[in-house]
Amino acid sequence: MAQYAHPEVLVETDWLAGKLGDPSIRTVEVDVDTAAYDLGHIPGAIAWAWNTQLCDTVRRDILPKAELEALLSKAGVTPQTTIILYGDSNNWFAAWAFWQLKIYGHKDVRLLNGGRKKWLAEGRELTQDVPSYAASQYRAQEPDLSIRAFLPQVQEAVRNHSASLIDVRSPQEFTGEILAPPGLPETCQRGGHIPGARNVPWGKACNEDGTFKSFDELKALYGAEGVDAARQTIAYCRIGERSSHTWFVLKYLLGLPDVVNYDGSWTEWGNLVGAPVERGAAKSIGA
Amino acid sequence: MQTMQTEQFQERQLDVNGWQVRLTSYRIGDKYVCQADNVSPGACLARFSGATLEEAESQALSKAKHLLGKTHRRAV
Repeated sequence: MAQYAHPEVLVETDWLAGKLGDPSIRTVEVDVDTAAYDLGHIPGAIAWAWNTQLCDTVRRDILPKAELEALLSKAGVTPQTTIILYGDSNNWFAAWAFWQLKIYGHKDVRLLNGGRKKWLAEGRELTQDVPSYAASQYRAQEPDLSIRAFLPQVQEAVRNHSASLIDVRSPQEFTGEILAPPGLPETCQRGGHIPGARNVPWGKACNEDGTFKSFDELKALYGAEGVDAARQTIAYCRIGERSSHTWFVLKYLLGLPDVVNYDGSWTEWGNLVGAPVERGAAKSIGA
Repeated sequence: MQTMQTEQFQERQLDVNGWQVRLTSYRIGDKYVCQADNVSPGACLARFSGATLEEAESQALSKAKHLLGKTHRRAV
């Protein structure tokens, strides 16, 4: 069985359990909010909430550089720190944090394979104690936007068929049957998908226990949908967090050279006046 | 640092008015926690803790039902 292209970006629960208290590591639980963290978290872990700490809360955007520096400084992180991210929903929001940390150039970021679910299922140690760390003076690098897609780039890709578009939402969101995941607020005016996109729900990359599928399984999964190393792949979802998970899989586990996360995603495209929209199932490849 | 371990971790899936819901429950310390998600795509809908498993599950399921009741299906 082939190895992941970058196995160094994943850690297993056993490994982390043996590293608790290691000062060179900062473990961070990342979720939409800190409700799960408050119930119990990995000892030594701090919490980041997607809705308040990992987005610009005024305009729709990723964290500004100064705010990311403040977040990492408060956590006592230095450029040499190994950051281990984990969270609920098989690391959805942890993957968002990973993507953003890579935009700002942090070198050693890793995901806990299986996330919070696997740690809990294995009956490992948890605590409600919130640690505090001596603050640092973190300086981020200038943003590397080569891993982020903006609307004009996606529009050009649609016009020129110059990239593989992977919609990682559920099949019902993809077809337009529903406008948001069941039970969540509708955030767009139209349902459907970007013309030409293939539907590979993010969760297909995971096993039942939350860990990532093998390299061979992932290669077969995405290869069947036309994803290959020869051209750019654009991943999108509704708000960009599920697609950051798929971005991680394609870039780091499969090692594709040019993968971007379109974080504007369907909340941007599905609200655009005049944007082309396809509804229903995806057309077969080559159609 | 006071630490605890999760016990009785379990998952089960059920149909709620045509929507799949997964209940993930476990015991931590002296309370039970239940989280409900919508399976596809897996977004968390509700999370409650209670003195018993039944109490935590009942509250999580009740909120999930309420939220799912607001979701509209469209013809495609």
